[in-house]
Amino acid sequence: MRRIRWHLPNWIVVSIAIIASLLVTSLLLLLFGVSPMDGFGAMLLGAFGDSTKVLSVTAFWVPLALASAGLILTFTAGLWNIGVEGQIIMGAVAASWVALRIDAPRPILLVLELSLAMAAGALWAGITALLKTRGKVHEIFGGLALNNLAIIFTNYLISGPWQPPEGGTFRGTDPFQAKALLPLYRDSRLSPLSVIITLVVIALIYFVLRGTKWGLRLKALGKNPRSAFILGVSSERETILAMMICGAFAGLGGSVRVLSWFDSLRQSISGGIGYLALLVVMLSATRILLTPFIAFFFSAVLNGSITLQLRTQLHSSLGGILTGVMVLFVLLFSGTRSLKLPSQKTLEVEEDE
Amino acid sequence: MQVILEDIRKYFGDVKANDGINLTLQPGKIYGLLGENGAGKSTLMKVLSGYHPPDDGRIILNSTQVAFSSPSDALLQGIGMIYQDPLDIPAMRVIENYLLGWDRRVVLDYARAEDELRQNADRMGFHVDFDAYIDSLSLGERQQLEMLRLLALGAEVLILDEPTTGISAEQKESLFASLRRLAEEENKTVILVSHKLSDIQELCDHVFVLRRGKLIGSADIPCPTQKLVEMMFEELPPRRSRVSYARDGSALLQLQNVEVEGDRLQVGNVNLNIRDGEVFGLAGLEGSGQRLILQACAGLMPVYAGRIIFDQRDVTRWPYRKMLQAGVAYLPAGRLEEGLIAGLSLMEHIALSNPMPGFLIDWRHYERETEARIQRYEVVGQVNSFVETLSGGNQQRSLFAMLRDDLKLLLMEHPTRGLDVRSADWIWQLLYQRVETGTAVLFISADLDELVERSDHIVAFSGGAMSRVVQADQTTADELGYLIGGE
Repeated sequence: MRRIRWHLPNWIVVSIAIIASLLVTSLLLLLFGVSPMDGFGAMLLGAFGDSTKVLSVTAFWVPLALASAGLILTFTAGLWNIGVEGQIIMGAVAASWVALRIDAPRPILLVLELSLAMAAGALWAGITALLKTRGKVHEIFGGLALNNLAIIFTNYLISGPWQPPEGGTFRGTDPFQAKALLPLYRDSRLSPLSVIITLVVIALIYFVLRGTKWGLRLKALGKNPRSAFILGVSSERETILAMMICGAFAGLGGSVRVLSWFDSLRQSISGGIGYLALLVVMLSATRILLTPFIAFFFSAVLNGSITLQLRTQLHSSLGGILTGVMVLFVLLFSGTRSLKLPSQKTLEVEEDE
Repeated sequence: MQVILEDIRKYFGDVKANDGINLTLQPGKIYGLLGENGAGKSTLMKVLSGYHPPDDGRIILNSTQVAFSSPSDALLQGIGMIYQDPLDIPAMRVIENYLLGWDRRVVLDYARAEDELRQNADRMGFHVDFDAYIDSLSLGERQQLEMLRLLALGAEVLILDEPTTGISAEQKESLFASLRRLAEEENKTVILVSHKLSDIQELCDHVFVLRRGKLIGSADIPCPTQKLVEMMFEELPPRRSRVSYARDGSALLQLQNVEVEGDRLQVGNVNLNIRDGEVFGLAGLEGSGQRLILQACAGLMPVYAGRIIFDQRDVTRWPYRKMLQAGVAYLPAGRLEEGLIAGLSLMEHIALSNPMPGFLIDWRHYERETEARIQRYEVVGQVNSFVETLSGGNQQRSLFAMLRDDLKLLLMEHPTRGLDVRSADWIWQLLYQRVETGTAVLFISADLDELVERSDHIVAFSGGAMSRVVQADQTTADELGYLIGGE
């Protein structure tokens, strides 16, 4: 009599969750009198119907993948960097400042924008980290507060110092000078350069976690801070570093938002990409190589729902519902285990299959 | 309650922790489960108490086959286990911890619970302060509390995993008396898991001996100790004689009028001199101040007054990490709490504790290194084994395997707690190899024989006061006992 242990491989868990969430969403569609086939068809068409749609999905994917990649570091270190949303916003603000106020040749302008965005994100994350290590403020609370401050700060800039001369709209700044924007692919919102940067960042983080002392220290810290301390890991240093590097990548994502998705600083410039990235990382069970794919899937669903709205008159938030339900199902099926790094054994099994 | 275990099998990867074990236990008897580290004792009892589901085999209670979904399910069916590290919630009060398992209703009845707890405590002869917080209790008191809780919830079979490690002699007396009463008067079945022959001889009616996951033999107690040892080990561990490697000259570590303050204890006026290659033992009941002093030496505890000189430098205010860099290592008592990291492999632990210069990790180097250390420290496990899958004794050995090679001073809490005689001896032989090259050892132990046998010098702590320094080869466990009592 052999008992089956309730520990399924990760990809099965994710598959079950995807199917279950599709079922729940279908039920919702039926409730509103839309055939699920039509609904999902519209979504699929909206995400991949023509090259413009695919480019749009990819352009939305870039900042999401960047923030998710950064979050892998903080999750590994056992930190709940909810403040990632604010870090994206501050990156966008910093890049906007360069774009609005600095005049220089294009390459210099771009390097300046991206590096200042990273610095701003890192700084914003660093405040949360210091609040945690020095002020004993949990990073969730510190992060949430700073998210709100970042939003308020953006609104102040838009309605105050950076207000367009005609004034009054509260929607955003004037469009940036053309040379301040990232070079775009044809007339899409996608910057090929930003895709390359994102892939490099993902590779870098994969490498850091796998092959460096710092990566190992982060793992140790995330799994047992007390033992890690006794083994000589400085929790303060690693906490601050992990948060700041995550913040830098989130900030980079923010700059991509203003420099290619939009052409100006807008209200709700991130629009919840940070929170979405948290969901991506939870779904990935903190495995960096899964995050770009999950992020792409999220991006496709969310962009596809816009077409769904046009076709069926249902609100596009259905895409949000689909992804939200999916995350809940994955967490439900895998329990807290999904938040830990998978064992090497499970990996081997998966590779065999 | 009659308990029958039939062909119990439990494998962890390649390790056959239980390889087809058959046992029959009768009510009203006290059984011993004996075996060296990694023999499969703890695993078998965790299977019986619902903590692990068996991979194969049957559990039969009063001729009904049962399967447990969890420890609390097992307890509902009458089987309760007291773990080596009791699983209570440290930041709660005794009474709250008790109510957690006791009261299934919404509104808690403190008065009734306290009444019941008091009655049970009186019956067992335990003294528990109900308003105390769990983390302020000693291991022995937590054990008593856990026992009261299990009995109140209807345990008919009581399993104790190494209950005498880490508790005082007085607490042990009272524990054994209450266990005898439970068996004789209340017809409970008691199972004592231990590798201590003296405990088994003193308490049990019958003993089962496990070796490498199999039941090797059983015997009625009293039984010649020689016979039990033979069953446990196949061959006898040889007694090796002890030479002192302490070097003459100035002290490596000096404590000058050191004063340290713990939560409820003040330790003052501590003066110690420890030379290169010296093994120095700290005796005392748990919470007498010896741990505070050890931690102060490691930079883990602030020193209020006095000075600590290490290697000719004043290190009184040095933080822990700086002490590590200066050649000090600290081996804590709680393995998975503050020594090892569940979810990381042995190799990752070695890489963490033996960092090499540079940013990158040379995994191939560490694979070879880990392989070598696993062999040297006789750890039953693989390079990629996660530490939480190792048995308690192997976790302890892993802690030693992680130590850096170039140490000046090794600070240890209960270095061989949970190890059987042979493993403990092996660990000490490896420690002496370090000591021979000049490493000094300062260690705490609750095992008086270990202190006398292994140290060059010993001091005892009693209520925060330090005794005179005694020479180990001129003292006895009895004399130490007096010093610990503050006489």
